[in-house]
Amino acid sequence: MTRPTPESAVDPDATRPGPAAVTRKRSPARSGGLRTPSWVGWLFVAPALGFYAVFVLRPIALTVQYSMYRWDGIGASTWAGLGNYVKVFTDPDLFASILNAIKLIAFFSVIPVVLGLAIASTIRRIAESRLALVARTVLFLPQVIPLVAAGIAWSWLMSSTGLVNQLLTSVGLGGVARAWLGDFSTALPAVGVIGAWVLLGLCTILLLSGMSKIDMSLYEAARMDGAGPMREFFSITVPSLRQEIGVCVTVTVIAALASFDIVYVSTQGGPGNATMVPGLEIYYLAFSERQVGMASALAVVLMLLVLLVALPIQWLTKDRSS
Amino acid sequence: MIVGRREAWTGRLLLVLLMAVTLMPFVSLFFTALHPSGSYPSGVEWPSDPQWGNFAKAFQAAQMLELVKSSTLIVLGVVPLALLLGTLAGFAIGHLRMAGRNVVFLVFVLGLTLPFEGIITPLYYQVRDMGLLNTRWAIILPLIGLYMPFAVFWMRAHFVNMPDALSESARIDGANVWQLFWRIHVPLAMPALSSLAILLFLWTWNQFLLAIVLVDDPLKRTMSGALGAFQGQWGTDMPLLCAGSLLILAPTLVIFLIFQRRFVTALLQGSLKG
Repeated sequence: MTRPTPESAVDPDATRPGPAAVTRKRSPARSGGLRTPSWVGWLFVAPALGFYAVFVLRPIALTVQYSMYRWDGIGASTWAGLGNYVKVFTDPDLFASILNAIKLIAFFSVIPVVLGLAIASTIRRIAESRLALVARTVLFLPQVIPLVAAGIAWSWLMSSTGLVNQLLTSVGLGGVARAWLGDFSTALPAVGVIGAWVLLGLCTILLLSGMSKIDMSLYEAARMDGAGPMREFFSITVPSLRQEIGVCVTVTVIAALASFDIVYVSTQGGPGNATMVPGLEIYYLAFSERQVGMASALAVVLMLLVLLVALPIQWLTKDRSS
Repeated sequence: MIVGRREAWTGRLLLVLLMAVTLMPFVSLFFTALHPSGSYPSGVEWPSDPQWGNFAKAFQAAQMLELVKSSTLIVLGVVPLALLLGTLAGFAIGHLRMAGRNVVFLVFVLGLTLPFEGIITPLYYQVRDMGLLNTRWAIILPLIGLYMPFAVFWMRAHFVNMPDALSESARIDGANVWQLFWRIHVPLAMPALSSLAILLFLWTWNQFLLAIVLVDDPLKRTMSGALGAFQGQWGTDMPLLCAGSLLILAPTLVIFLIFQRRFVTALLQGSLKG
């Protein structure tokens, strides 16, 4: 079973010189398996490519262009070269937003993937039960509702009089109760918890569906050889789930680096700059502080950062056996 | 097998716990929404005198009907066209296999991980210059472009697995490419198309960033963007805000519960492919 991922999805025919090349020699004006002239194919692609070029590729190019200028969005712009980029990495506030996004990975990715793996392997044996089917629906709820709603609900749960403090007080931990999102030391982890809540269900179910494809006889053989649950987990489960883990990590890391909705709703980047992330900083710089050049430089850094993180994960977890 | 039974019970307990944690925010919203408007209830407790009227009040305050209409118009503008364009391109790249397909496919695939914040600034100026700021088109047109990488990627993955023989026999029967596409391949692509439609619907309905940047009037935004405005306006009245939030997330919830099987499959496939 081969599942398409961006890398494995490149057309297999492209690297196979055999029959395709022969066909091409026979009828030079036509290419492809269906003897359709190439321009017909391009006509089919043209509308999609048009929208993509106008609303994605052009804006990307413009972001790169803006990032080299000092511009308030209204008046004349002045050439700044790489000055904006230097500032992204030297200005403590701007650089802190990038660091915050990286710290959020611990909550958005590490917790959902590690906890998801632990949960999925515990419930693997009852994956077909009625309870598990209900759970599949329930655990998907956070994926379906707007992130804004998740932000509002959790801000309320973690407020000074919210449920989290209520629970803490009831178990005698009233001393640590606080407005979690308003405290400098806990605001970023609190935002992280919201992200973990959103992504944990998706990861768990994704990993669980991957586990259901593992050959059960592998586990039986391992048990007969005297392997304990831990050994089983690390020698069979984790290696077999390489691809699913890769997907979970990719999706969640991008969600962490490019987070916006949750932070905007729950903390607006505060208190101070404690939860500022690049996405929100770009929004403020471009539309409140009118520093379009700086906003664009940060945007370029963010786009590259996401690409730099996503590509190696894809490469590492690619299914090489197929 | 004692070990097996104990494992099953741990599993069940864990599942119930996990579901409780997942549902907790919704329960908290619901309980708080029933407290008297303007009060500041503490934690999660059932109110002595449940104020069901808060939902009616929030329905009016948020202008729910207008919001649903606006989000529906945006979805209707985005999803059918994005499906059509994605299918046409996916068909050409995956099945017609014209020269240069790998280059154009790579260009699309590179957009898969693009964070929307990366291009929001120039997009604002571009939409303004097109005279579309504060209209629903400001959300619809960019979203179609932004969905192209995923839509093309998704549909290509379907068409690349379609046997050539199918098309060849249709061509021998005299079908031209256009007929081949509409009469043979689109009907066969329905499962892939409906999953894609569900994902695009969800992403559009919940789109926040484009809505708050490109459209000022909450009544012309998506549900998600309108909720942002609602929070700004009613943020100090907790019960009303909670009632409003529940109402605003109700439509997706209802649609999800009706089509839950398709949703779960689509989301699973979607994340595996993306």
